[in-house]
Amino acid sequence: MTTLEYYATVGARDVSVRLTVGPGETVALLGPNGAGKSTVLGVIAGLLAPTAGQVTLGGRTLVSATGPVVAPHRRDVALLAQDPLLFPHLTALENVAFGPRARGVRRPQARATARLWLDRVGVADLGDRRPHQLSGGQAQRVAVARALAADPALLLLDEPMAALDVAVAPSVRQLLREVLVDRSVLLVTHEPLDALLLADRVVVVDGGRVVEDGPTTEVLTRPRSVFAARIAGLNLVAGTWDGSGVAAAPLVVRGMTGDPAPARAEEAVAVFAPNAVSVFRDTPTGSPRNAFSAVVTDLEPLGDRVRVRTEASGHRLAADVTPAAVADLGLGPGATVQLMVKATEVTIYAASRPTAFSAR
Amino acid sequence: MRPPGVGLPRWLYLPAGLGAVFVLLPLAAMVSRVDGTHLVALITSPSSREALWLSLRTSAASTLVCVVLGVPMAVVLARTDFRGQAAARSLVLLPLVVPPVVSGIALLYTFGRRGLLGHALHVVGVEVAFTSVAVVMAQTFVALPFLVISLEGALRTAGQRYEVAAATLGASPSTVFRRVTLPLVLPGLVSGAVLAFARSLGEFGATITFAGSLAGTTRTLPIQIYLERFDDPDAAVALSLLLVVVAVLVIAPASRATVRHRRGTR
Repeated sequence: MTTLEYYATVGARDVSVRLTVGPGETVALLGPNGAGKSTVLGVIAGLLAPTAGQVTLGGRTLVSATGPVVAPHRRDVALLAQDPLLFPHLTALENVAFGPRARGVRRPQARATARLWLDRVGVADLGDRRPHQLSGGQAQRVAVARALAADPALLLLDEPMAALDVAVAPSVRQLLREVLVDRSVLLVTHEPLDALLLADRVVVVDGGRVVEDGPTTEVLTRPRSVFAARIAGLNLVAGTWDGSGVAAAPLVVRGMTGDPAPARAEEAVAVFAPNAVSVFRDTPTGSPRNAFSAVVTDLEPLGDRVRVRTEASGHRLAADVTPAAVADLGLGPGATVQLMVKATEVTIYAASRPTAFSAR
Repeated sequence: MRPPGVGLPRWLYLPAGLGAVFVLLPLAAMVSRVDGTHLVALITSPSSREALWLSLRTSAASTLVCVVLGVPMAVVLARTDFRGQAAARSLVLLPLVVPPVVSGIALLYTFGRRGLLGHALHVVGVEVAFTSVAVVMAQTFVALPFLVISLEGALRTAGQRYEVAAATLGASPSTVFRRVTLPLVLPGLVSGAVLAFARSLGEFGATITFAGSLAGTTRTLPIQIYLERFDDPDAAVALSLLLVVVAVLVIAPASRATVRHRRGTR
């Protein structure tokens, strides 16, 4: 049984994170750039020394504040980064056989294992190629095979699809979906689709701290952090529940209370989809109870719609409108607009602390 | 052919051409003075053959010593971080800037009969100064920095990303060094070894100071040329040509291989 128990602080980077990866579980580590995701991977792989805390894998202490530090090659942890980093002087087959060879497996047996893995990732015919003769997608498949052939107790994936062509990424994602079953995996990603398709659980870090930890679907449909809301494509306003709405000075967002219902003066979040937001140039009259004055920062085409990104008193809110509306309203960066959201489109719930923290 | 690219400023060709002429003209002048009729006889005389054979043997030996000592030195300098590292690097590279005769004197006062270690060596019956071993030591002393500096550069350029990947695949530091680090910097190692060999082949000042000029034992080709210059200028010119040819034969294939490697895999 290999469970990763991670609690470590890296003082110089102000990253202090607690997380676990259960046996056979795939956990996605999400967060904006500089949030501390790579720092966590570095500490687990043994490339960075924490200033405090402890990391154990399958009951074995990899690093702790007091005990000895296990060298990277003895950790049983393989790392797959966005750059496949195949050894340029070895063929694809030799690359995949590298891990077994390093663990003392005899050459013919290591090669046999490598062939099985190349076949498993769908590039059995490319074993004799050198890395520079492989396309980006092929190289990443070989890198996946190489990491898995080392038979690690924990696999670390650092944005494995980030450097791939958009046309190739889906097939590699599908491959990972197949081979990661029943493995303990920690996956760092920016892509909500990766989290949805690959991860059982999501941990969101921001500013070096865990801000959310929960089952993937729950985090992405009921986000409690601005970052999780953003990758889920939702608007989120965090504030305190004043009995009738979420007060996030100077805004007050009213809506329908969901589960868990917030208590008065408790921290709460209001979540609504961009297509629930209407955009006006002049202040309209009508029933919507939520009207915010905002400034357009950016327009992004999304198929048959346009996502209008705005800033309303320090909160970033997005609205989806038709291209015709953009033209009619003369929208562009810097334009002042009124955003309207019907209260029935807004869900409000308590922004309770992440479960991983409250459990301890 | 390469694509045209952005082109070069035309004036650049003038100093570049001047530099090339400055290097090649003396070689041409030397070749023009070669006495064609006696050339073969001059370079195949017993003393010449002896000097050439000694030069090739000692240079090969010193290149080997440079690789054995220089590779670990370059790795330590490129991959570790310790107090005084900058000072250590400067000291290691010192033989590059010190006149070879000074290197020879330094070696003499270390391994010579009255030197720092020489007395102890004498007691156990080892005499170093004025032997072929002294020739190899003098050559190694001046050639080692060439190998260290070019290999350290190659190691820094290669970076540590592949080594990190290898370690996470379970490879011990020794395995990483053998199967990843060394193969990746092989072109740098080869060019460093070629530089060290060339420097050893041309070594004169440190050798004659520390090892002297005993025919067959320490009289290498450059020393032979220097001595012949007074007695038999024709022989000196012929041997110089021989030395140039040997140097070209060694350097040309190695540098071509290095260039091909750089173009091929990146």
